[in-house]
Amino acid sequence: MLLTSLILLPLLGALMIMVMVRDDSEKSAQEARYIALFTTCITFFVSLLAWVGFDGSKADFQFVEKIDWFAGLNISYHLGLDGISLFMVLLTTFLMPICILCSWESVTKRVRGFMVNFLILESFVVGVFCALDVIMFYTFFEGMLIPMYLIIGIWGGNRRIYAAYKFFLYTFAGSVLFLIAILYLYNVFGTTSIPELIAQAPQLSLRVQSMLWLAMFASFAVKVPMWPFHTWLPDAHVQAPTAGSVILAGILLKMGAYGFLRFSLPMLPMASHYFAPFMFTLSIIAVIYTSLVALMQQDMKKLIAYSSVAHMGFVTAGIFAFNMQGIEGAIVQMISHGLVSGALFLCVGVVYDRLHTRDIDRYGGVVNVMPRYAAIFMFFTMASIGLPSTSGFVGEFLVLLGLYKVSTLVAFLTTSGVVLGAAYMLWLYRRVVFGEVANDEVAGMQEVTGREMAFFVPIILMVVWIGIYPKPYFNAMEASVAQLIKQVNIASEPSEVKKK
Amino acid sequence: MIGSIMGDIKVAHYSVLGPELYLAGWAMFLLLYGVYRIKQADYFLIFTGILILAITAWLVTGTFGGRIVVMNGMFIADRFAAMAKCLILGAGALVLLLSSNWLREENGRPFEFVILMLFATLGMMLMVSANDLLPMYMAIEMSSLALYVLASFTRDTAKSSEAGLKYFVLGALASGMMLFGMSLVYGFAGSTSFHDLGKLFAQHGELSRGVIVGMILIIIGLCFKISAVPFHMWTPDVYEGAPTPVTAFFSTAPKVAALALFTRVLLQPFGELVTQWAQIIVFVSIASMVVGALAAIMQTNIKRLLAYSSIGHAGFMLMGLAAGNTSGVQAMLIYLALYIFMSAGAFGCVMLMRKGGHQVEDIKDLSGLGQTNPVAALVISIFMFSMAGIPPLAGFFGKMYIVLAAIAAGLEWLAVIGVIMSVISGYYYIKIVKIMYFDEPGKEFDKESGFLVRAGIGLSAAVTLLFFLVPTPLVMQAKAAAEALLQ
Repeated sequence: MLLTSLILLPLLGALMIMVMVRDDSEKSAQEARYIALFTTCITFFVSLLAWVGFDGSKADFQFVEKIDWFAGLNISYHLGLDGISLFMVLLTTFLMPICILCSWESVTKRVRGFMVNFLILESFVVGVFCALDVIMFYTFFEGMLIPMYLIIGIWGGNRRIYAAYKFFLYTFAGSVLFLIAILYLYNVFGTTSIPELIAQAPQLSLRVQSMLWLAMFASFAVKVPMWPFHTWLPDAHVQAPTAGSVILAGILLKMGAYGFLRFSLPMLPMASHYFAPFMFTLSIIAVIYTSLVALMQQDMKKLIAYSSVAHMGFVTAGIFAFNMQGIEGAIVQMISHGLVSGALFLCVGVVYDRLHTRDIDRYGGVVNVMPRYAAIFMFFTMASIGLPSTSGFVGEFLVLLGLYKVSTLVAFLTTSGVVLGAAYMLWLYRRVVFGEVANDEVAGMQEVTGREMAFFVPIILMVVWIGIYPKPYFNAMEASVAQLIKQVNIASEPSEVKKK
Repeated sequence: MIGSIMGDIKVAHYSVLGPELYLAGWAMFLLLYGVYRIKQADYFLIFTGILILAITAWLVTGTFGGRIVVMNGMFIADRFAAMAKCLILGAGALVLLLSSNWLREENGRPFEFVILMLFATLGMMLMVSANDLLPMYMAIEMSSLALYVLASFTRDTAKSSEAGLKYFVLGALASGMMLFGMSLVYGFAGSTSFHDLGKLFAQHGELSRGVIVGMILIIIGLCFKISAVPFHMWTPDVYEGAPTPVTAFFSTAPKVAALALFTRVLLQPFGELVTQWAQIIVFVSIASMVVGALAAIMQTNIKRLLAYSSIGHAGFMLMGLAAGNTSGVQAMLIYLALYIFMSAGAFGCVMLMRKGGHQVEDIKDLSGLGQTNPVAALVISIFMFSMAGIPPLAGFFGKMYIVLAAIAAGLEWLAVIGVIMSVISGYYYIKIVKIMYFDEPGKEFDKESGFLVRAGIGLSAAVTLLFFLVPTPLVMQAKAAAEALLQ
């Protein structure tokens, strides 16, 4: 019941707002905000219970719930958590109250609808990570497009409509191929249960596996996003409201990488091995190319959006290293990127709320008027670069270690991304924060408020915690990752592979 | 000969004709009564109509049992026909509910609307129960004649008259082709009975090219009825021109009837010739999906847009027929049942698009509806996202079953084309959502809308939104119906 309540709580909150808050006056807007904040906080605490109750020594799915759903088709309402999805759920529930807080003042029109959409989104995203049935997974994975489309389209920037269309159609197009793949799997094995498919699907021949792998790739690569399917991301990120960007960067991108970990690797191990060099190539291009693109950006959000693509390149490269360090590193990098790039979008949001521009040239010398802000921004810049003792370091270091075991060349090329990352982030920081106060508008900027501190401090604590003492995280994910590696490496022992 | 016919007549068996007789009796009685007493449609008549349809549906559930053939093999009552009849009757009742407001406008429209709907429904019920080429043709004509009149029901407007005429001329052409096809089949095979034809083809194969030509002509006639490409040309014009309640009716009940009949004709008499017709159906399915997806993009009139959308949906449903197995038929029935609610609901919302007492049909008129009328905008969004096939809305599960059936039948690439087309059509569905939510509000719609209309739309929206909670009843009914057809 724990996981069901995690999915239902935000929906309940959304329902409460729809029923109880009758109009769009400032008073009822405030009610909507409080209900949303309260709901997301409760959801976060409930998800903490899941971590407390989670037994890290077991690789199986825990908190499993299973009820028949579509009779005759063997599709069931099937939920469960393992060491990988646990942290994705926690990341989601952790970032949600922060998103609500950061849109407290920046979202002023149609607050009610905004909060309803956000709560529905949270429910769907948690559902994606908890689902143990492919049809359920797909339902949440796709259903999440509706609230996100509305969030970008209604509360976004000037070119929001274009961005909303692009986001929707890109993701939709990728997902339907995934649907074909899972229905094909259902047709062969007669089950939609993820654990059963993981047990049976590796029997498929390499040719079939490759077709299915590519169909799934279409969906996940768009979501991650991998180069060259990333072009929706800068548009969506830049046009989305701050909270929308945080959710996009923090959580929605992780669904793609999670998809690789949950579907492609364990279900189609032979194809995963077959396509690993392909994935490395795309990841390296993502890391280097988008870092270079990020260097040239004039728009702060766009720069961070491109840096997201580069950082997710580390994640995909780490996943396809197929070893402990690589995959654990990728997961930590996912968590870290969720926190850090989310926080960077919040940093941009803070100055955007004051100056209503994201143009880097309009800023300069912010440190003189907002020293506290400068310190916070500095911290997240360093975390993004991967400074030791921040979470970014743990993730990138492990990924590179894992890659080094596979190929020196891949590791070498990926490492160059770290250098480039430092270049664009530090340059961004210098242009915005240091130097003379650029103009009167900057001079009049107000220091970070208590509300804003309230969402920065928890993220800072988390980033430092993972950076210094990541052991609790590794403890919880170790068994699951070890099992995943065992599953995916079946393929490299051809004697055991049964042809179908 | 006479003896064998007489031998077939057993009174008990004729009880399976009960629903049709009941409906026919009431329709004729209401016609006579109406001429003397009613004149204008009113609540009494609408309620009576809905009640008659509901009781007929209840009577139909009495024929769920076995498979009974009466009238010397002309009329078949099986689970498949029963389910299709329930869908048709449900669609009819839903549309009557939705048209209650429109019917009472301008001091009440002529009462014949309800009567014509009852007769059209009767014709459709006979269509799905036809077990011989002759009753099949007569049933199609019976429903079509009523529909032609309905299309031109507001006869004082040019558009509606044009729609009726266009539908009539093109419909007559299609009927003629079908009749010609039937005569060819009879000429070369020597029988019009579905049962005999099926046995004949099973033993002797296609017999001759003439049978194939006849079959193709029959398929053409039926494709016209379900508005599948390339026989779809009438659809946008008729959908646009006909009064909106009539359009809502066109897009639901006749589609169920024609598709059910289509399925029976192809799988029973021509079941052995599957290699001959499968490629036609696959082509028609793809063409319909492509045209439905691409042509709708440029439409600015919401009724035309929904017309093209219905062409695309027909193509998707044909995919289930192309699969030609139990799961394909089951998927098609599920899709049809869900589509009734989506389509009737969407057209119900179009009926509420009134400004200053006049119907408006431009999609731009919806702009800013999210702010001026949040409930209506939410409901339309539910229908649009559902038609686009976004889970957890009902439309997705319809598509899922169809795609699953296509994959099971080895038509993976057809499934891929289908889902890609549904992405392309996703564009215009979310365009409507965009207009409602992202654009600035224009002039507000008239507020007053009848309780019955809102109830009808609310029911459709609730089914569309919450189908995923209790999918089993519909799925199991559709499965039983499909198995009954293919046993």
